[in-house]
Amino acid sequence: MSPKTLYDKIWDAHVAHEAEDGTCLLYIDRHLVHEVTSPQAFEGLRMTGRTVRAPDKTIAVPDHNVPTTLDRAKGIENPESKIQVEALDKNAADFGIHYYPVSDVRQGIVHIVGPEQGWTLPGMTVVCGDSHTATHGAFGALAHGIGTSEVEHVLATQTLIQRKGKNMKVEITGKLRPGVTAKDITLSVIGKTGTAGGTGYVIEYCGEAIRDLSMEGRMTVCNMAIEGGARAGLIAPDEKTFEYCKGRPHAPKGAQWEAAMAWWKTLYSDDDAHWDKVVTIKGEDIAPVVTWGTSPEDVLPITATVPDPSDFTGGKVDAAKRSLDYMGLTPGTPLSEIEIDTVFIGSCTNGRIEDLRAAAAILKGKKIKDGLRAMVVPGSGLVRAQAEEEGLADIFKEAGFEWRLAGCSMCLAMNPDQLSPGERCAATSNRNFEGRQGRGGRTHLLSPAMAAAAAITGHLTDVREMM
Amino acid sequence: MDKFTTLTGVAAPMPLINVDTDMIIPKQFLKTIKRSGLGINLFDEMRYDDDGNEIPDFVLNKPQYRDAEILVAGDNFGCGSSREHAPWAIKDFGIRCVIAPSFADIFYNNCFKNGILPIALPQKAVDVLMKDAEKGANARMTVDLEAQTVTTSDGESFAFEIDSFKKHCLIEGLDDIGLTMEKASAIDAFESKAAMERPWV
Repeated sequence: MSPKTLYDKIWDAHVAHEAEDGTCLLYIDRHLVHEVTSPQAFEGLRMTGRTVRAPDKTIAVPDHNVPTTLDRAKGIENPESKIQVEALDKNAADFGIHYYPVSDVRQGIVHIVGPEQGWTLPGMTVVCGDSHTATHGAFGALAHGIGTSEVEHVLATQTLIQRKGKNMKVEITGKLRPGVTAKDITLSVIGKTGTAGGTGYVIEYCGEAIRDLSMEGRMTVCNMAIEGGARAGLIAPDEKTFEYCKGRPHAPKGAQWEAAMAWWKTLYSDDDAHWDKVVTIKGEDIAPVVTWGTSPEDVLPITATVPDPSDFTGGKVDAAKRSLDYMGLTPGTPLSEIEIDTVFIGSCTNGRIEDLRAAAAILKGKKIKDGLRAMVVPGSGLVRAQAEEEGLADIFKEAGFEWRLAGCSMCLAMNPDQLSPGERCAATSNRNFEGRQGRGGRTHLLSPAMAAAAAITGHLTDVREMM
Repeated sequence: MDKFTTLTGVAAPMPLINVDTDMIIPKQFLKTIKRSGLGINLFDEMRYDDDGNEIPDFVLNKPQYRDAEILVAGDNFGCGSSREHAPWAIKDFGIRCVIAPSFADIFYNNCFKNGILPIALPQKAVDVLMKDAEKGANARMTVDLEAQTVTTSDGESFAFEIDSFKKHCLIEGLDDIGLTMEKASAIDAFESKAAMERPWV
């Protein structure tokens, strides 16, 4: 048998049909659904009299629109958001799919709930009408975002029409330096390859620095594969993966667990597998980073200065000018002198318990800068409960952070958590696009520890100075 | 789905790289439960000021491009979120074809589901098309999907590549789901086999 990559193996195990021209029907093991990209798909099913083919493999949770304020039990104020969430309530009931409503303590961001509940397992195909589905690749699953028409297609047929992508290996060798996190890895990779560097590829992240990461760190890395243009990013499962999955509500038990383990242990790229592209970065070369512009590729170490558009070539010259104008930044300014108004800790990138621990470790016994607005939005109700149990919530509250309920919140500002024009935010989320966190809002992406450091000083800060 | 065969129309130039789906349709318009009516909010934050008035300099607000049916743009068009609201908004505005040096993967796929033809061409070809688009309403570009060509108003022609299955679906206006359901027996067979091999799934 010819050597295969991990992606090849998962792909081959899921092809339900292959046409002569190479177009495949890829079988989908888990279909995650949220309220924003699904109503039109369910409506399509109703209009054509179709049903959900595999309701037991379909899991829904509202996350984008839900309020995160403590009074959310009183309902959603925005009428359109309310309709969208109510539509998901109804669709989940009508079509008999698994559902975690807003009132359920397990509710949260779909990409945090899936792994937490054991829905996401190694070797699976996982899709969701959301580009950050790549997160689930951390388990050695083939996971990617799809559009609403494809959501409808998966609901109706449990398959997707696909052509196989190319294989790209991103290796992070050696150890990370203190203060450097999974977020710094994933942003640094995008800085090196560009936001289109992964287009057409599935990325496998490997190397000692990746192996050393916890499952939560691996999820952070894979989460942003899409920001590098790759639909999916994945990491071969190992003991850490199995340990994480074991005992979760929807993970296999007993003999099925043993059978699953036997297959999961075959899920790695063969030594002489073919790679269409290879990127190698030394772990020790990665620094804590922040973004300065309006694309995730606009990333630099915190010790750097705002670049000059003339540093770039091609279309990037005008793009950098536009970014700096939008961000209100002057070339040559040290990044660590950029003052911020707001800090947002949360999102499917960095809204898990370890992220909150990392931020709380910096904040413990300290106060945020006077006048700063700061909020923590846990990724799920269970993350929130655990953080309260561990005393992290108290650290955040005593420091001056708002302690919110679970949801996507200010990552994309579909709910009331938004930036005002010109408001500058240090955010642990994944996109710094124009208007992403609110019209005219300015976003600097960074790790949870870096966000905590910025909250204390009121400007972007090298977290290593506080360690 | 609407068929796409040939199209002759005004092309709007948008020489920006990394046009993301948040730019194409900002999140406040994702709260709809319909597919229609988003054209008025296409490129909303670039197109309107804080008071909702049109920004005259924005390309689609210029008289010559208000009825554009083709958009010529920079590298990595459609990057970011998977929101199909982006192609819905483009289509609802009246644009049926986007030409760029490269597209983000999910956006590219979403176009085909909505009768929109995304065409990837080398930067040099896009540069020529961009210049042609800048001529305004009297310069009409022609896209021929069957022949896989784009022709400028001066008659200069560029051939483009496209997946044969996607081309077929677009020309015939085929419904993907209907096509896949014809293969239900293959899916049934796969499911039975997978249930034996991986019963925990």
